[in-house]
Amino acid sequence: MKEIAVVGVGNTKIGEWYDISLRELTDEAISKAIQSANIDPKEIGGTFVGSMSSGIFNQQEHLAALVGPHSGINAPAVRVENACASGGSALRVAMMAINAGFYDTALVVGVEKMTDLIDIGDVTTALGTAADGEWELGVGATFPALYALIMRAHMHKYGSTLEEFASVSVKNHKNGSLNPDAQFRKVVTMETVMNSRMIAEPVRLFDCSPVSDGAAAVILTAKDGAKKYTDDPIYIKGSGAGTDHIALHMRESLTSMQATKRAAETAFKMAKITPKDIDFIEVHDCFTVAEVITLEDLGFCKVGKGGKFSLDGETALNSTISVNPSGGLKSKGHPVGATGIYQVIEIFHQLRNEAGKRQVSKNDIGVTQNIGGSGASCVINVFSRGA
Amino acid sequence: MSVPRTWRNRRALYSLEGSKCQKCGKYYFPGRTRCLDCNTSGLENHNFSGTGKVATYSWVYTPPKGFNNRIPYCLAIVELDEGPKLTTQLVAVEEGDVEIGMPVEFSFRKISSEGDEGVITYGFKFRPKNYPNHLKKK
Ligand SMILES: [Zn+2]
Repeated sequence: MKEIAVVGVGNTKIGEWYDISLRELTDEAISKAIQSANIDPKEIGGTFVGSMSSGIFNQQEHLAALVGPHSGINAPAVRVENACASGGSALRVAMMAINAGFYDTALVVGVEKMTDLIDIGDVTTALGTAADGEWELGVGATFPALYALIMRAHMHKYGSTLEEFASVSVKNHKNGSLNPDAQFRKVVTMETVMNSRMIAEPVRLFDCSPVSDGAAAVILTAKDGAKKYTDDPIYIKGSGAGTDHIALHMRESLTSMQATKRAAETAFKMAKITPKDIDFIEVHDCFTVAEVITLEDLGFCKVGKGGKFSLDGETALNSTISVNPSGGLKSKGHPVGATGIYQVIEIFHQLRNEAGKRQVSKNDIGVTQNIGGSGASCVINVFSRGA
Repeated sequence: MSVPRTWRNRRALYSLEGSKCQKCGKYYFPGRTRCLDCNTSGLENHNFSGTGKVATYSWVYTPPKGFNNRIPYCLAIVELDEGPKLTTQLVAVEEGDVEIGMPVEFSFRKISSEGDEGVITYGFKFRPKNYPNHLKKK
């Protein structure tokens, strides 16, 4: 792969923005990204939009045509959908286009505007479309319930505890309290998490990421031209993706994600790194158990010990490995299709020492892990400052 | 729920019809025509025995639309005796009754409904094995 640089980023704060439309969200993110890269919009060769479910959330498809031109960018545009991994997947498609020689520079936008649906049952059903419609959603599954099935299986197989899972939420809220763009900037206690409302037992409200609105944009360019836009580009050193059966019950394991393992294998090999080389990582903690399993699948700890690793504080800011310094999906928020791009933006700021109070001290190599569905899709990217 | 979708899946929903590979012996639920393990085509239909065990479960308190008749309800992944797994609801159980590994059996039930006048979907749920006073699967 030809090396690609991120030369500009921009995003909205994440929240419930009832007074802001989808196109206003993307316009804010794109405007900031253009300013950040100090780029003439005419230099953008292609636009790639990641969004999961604007058709259901906003009765709006054809986002590629809505988003670019509204912000004055008339480059050919396309939307990429891979459930909650839509953002990360859009980034990869943009990388492929640059590598194939179609464009030198690309704009990648992730967006989800979820609060146009008022009834929470409608939101639950919309998110459920990332699962198997006929054989999961159609028989009564919800997204929290699918992750509850994973969590229960993990607890049964490895003896992991509710306290261990709760520690993920507490840690991410603590990090998020330091992030001015986060939806929830509030420290929470173990008691708050463990006594919160039951959603799908054993998953409680504070095991779940929230319903969020947000847009995030990054500008990618081939390595050779990167310094034209910024003195401090960051580089994508490795990229990998994995795909598995959409239905959890069809997969080899209930307690491990093959998609994550496959994505990591490709990305780490390309970047010539091992898990030990990673200083910090943004992982897809849509539910606390997802972060726990990811720690195991990526080899940061022993299989079955991800929860204990978290409870022991090994994943706290500037501990053994800083996991989700941004606050993760739990605290920062989870506008589903935008999440993969928000993760890249966190890495961008951390690598450039721009992350303020949540700045990690060891920041040579940062990684993103973006899951789609209950683990059927995964995108992993490795970043560093050095070209 | 879509009427055509329920109609085309009726054999799987109503009587656990799947398929079996004659060459390597692998079972599939729902059924399919080509074996993913040995690439044999033209798999034959197979009616599953309807018994299996609980692989994992959850009690769902926040249902999607159409599933709010009984809160909480028990969602589970059941591993059929023949090997395949499926996602289903467990019935005739209360919170605290269910365990991983528990033997269960097919039970024909109402799955979801669209309000008072909409479509009702019927299909499989599972109940504790040898649950009394219920018709056995034929
Ligand atoms: Zn076969």
